[in-house]
Amino acid sequence: MSIRLDKPWIPLGPDAVARVQGQLGVYEIADESGQVVLIGYAGGRSQFGLRGELESRCREEPEGRAFRYEVNMSYLTRYRELLMAFEADHGRLPAQNRRPPRLGRLQPD
Amino acid sequence: MELELTDEQQQVVASVRRFVREEIAPLEADLDPDASELAPEDHERLVGMARSMGLYGLDIPEEFGGPGVDLVTRTLISIEMAQHRAGLYAPCYGVFGGAGLAQLYEANEDQKERYLYPMLRGEKRGCFALTEPSGGSDPARAIRTTAVKDGDGWVLNGEKTFISGADRADFAITFARTDPEKGRNGITCFIVDTDMPGFRVRRIVHTLRSSHYATELEFDGLRIPSANVLGEVNRGFAIANDRLSRNRIPYAAGCIGVAIRAQEMAIEYVKHRETFGDVLATRQAIQWMIVDNEIDIRTSRWLTLDAAARAERGESFRTEAAMAKLVASEAGGRVVDRVMQIHGGYGMTKDLPLERWFREMRIRRVGEGPSEVQRLIMARDLIGGSFH
Repeated sequence: MSIRLDKPWIPLGPDAVARVQGQLGVYEIADESGQVVLIGYAGGRSQFGLRGELESRCREEPEGRAFRYEVNMSYLTRYRELLMAFEADHGRLPAQNRRPPRLGRLQPD
Repeated sequence: MELELTDEQQQVVASVRRFVREEIAPLEADLDPDASELAPEDHERLVGMARSMGLYGLDIPEEFGGPGVDLVTRTLISIEMAQHRAGLYAPCYGVFGGAGLAQLYEANEDQKERYLYPMLRGEKRGCFALTEPSGGSDPARAIRTTAVKDGDGWVLNGEKTFISGADRADFAITFARTDPEKGRNGITCFIVDTDMPGFRVRRIVHTLRSSHYATELEFDGLRIPSANVLGEVNRGFAIANDRLSRNRIPYAAGCIGVAIRAQEMAIEYVKHRETFGDVLATRQAIQWMIVDNEIDIRTSRWLTLDAAARAERGESFRTEAAMAKLVASEAGGRVVDRVMQIHGGYGMTKDLPLERWFREMRIRRVGEGPSEVQRLIMARDLIGGSFH
């Protein structure tokens, strides 16, 4: 498994999100330029899993965005891993992410 | 061995049980089922409560400010502290404080000033870096990380895996081979600052465990001053080994706590859940599972408290600790499995803590020395000598 999420981007819209399964996992949202602006997860309390979370994002950010996701049962550690990898690459977290308590640091390849 | 608790032990057990049920469990209702941390404000509030109970820093030796709890009482507390969803690997979410890294109590005064006291004040965090990709059950032979003397310091090269907390640590208690000819007498323990060039946390190792994920480390020409050798050069294995034996007792206790809570859930459930016109409690198949659970729990509890009592008395406890760890981790897995079976489909969901316990309990048969190594330890003690 790649440390960074390397799935293809999908335009963010109701039809595309409706095809996502309601499973646990992580996702990324990109802006118009393809920059990751949010890393999130669908956890054990997410209604309808990844689909539910992405539907919420779709309503909040209806245009010009893209998403990609990964079904993953270890969604919390994977979420932290993605945040740490992003910070290692960019020196900061994605614009819409708040720093979770005690986020560690990775130096991935 | 006398298993009747003293009045003081009964009071401590009751107060920790109440704390878990009234303070910890309600918070979990709003947390993600895989969470291993409380919101900072909740954590701070509960640390205050733990302090007022006189139980903060349970594992810190009394001379360093700990509450001076004996090992049997400490084991009883560990059993209680594990009785919630995250309890196996994050008992009470750490609000009772930890001892940090016990190896530092044996450090010299300079090292205590730089690492131990800041750690006890919560200013620095450490991690324990022993296991390598070449193996964890036999660290004396498996360690391939090397430290080579260079001027007034050492140069470290190698890698470690399954290291918890390295990505958040300020320093790592690290074991490296300093004499390739001497086997277990050629390993030295170093205190490695994680901000030194050459220290890298390469990746998270995703496992069944929800709490305290493991990481993979790389040392690439990392320079360590000689002042950071912990203990004596080539005597590091004893430092690692001491921790391994002692940790087996609380490790077993955590398994027992989860098993007790799972058993309580099962007993409550079978009295209410109806199938084919009657409650599950009337079914012999269910009754036997409940009884088998109780036998597993009581056996584990007896062995673990016996190991703790021997250690407390200063007697040899290696076999007893290995037996307790082996039995409690395997019995705990059986109990959780049976309780899941009793709960049927609900037992598989994240609505209940059982699926998390099931995943994390599986690790207990491997962590802190797998069942096979525990048997090896006991066989060596029973038959005598070292053999293959």
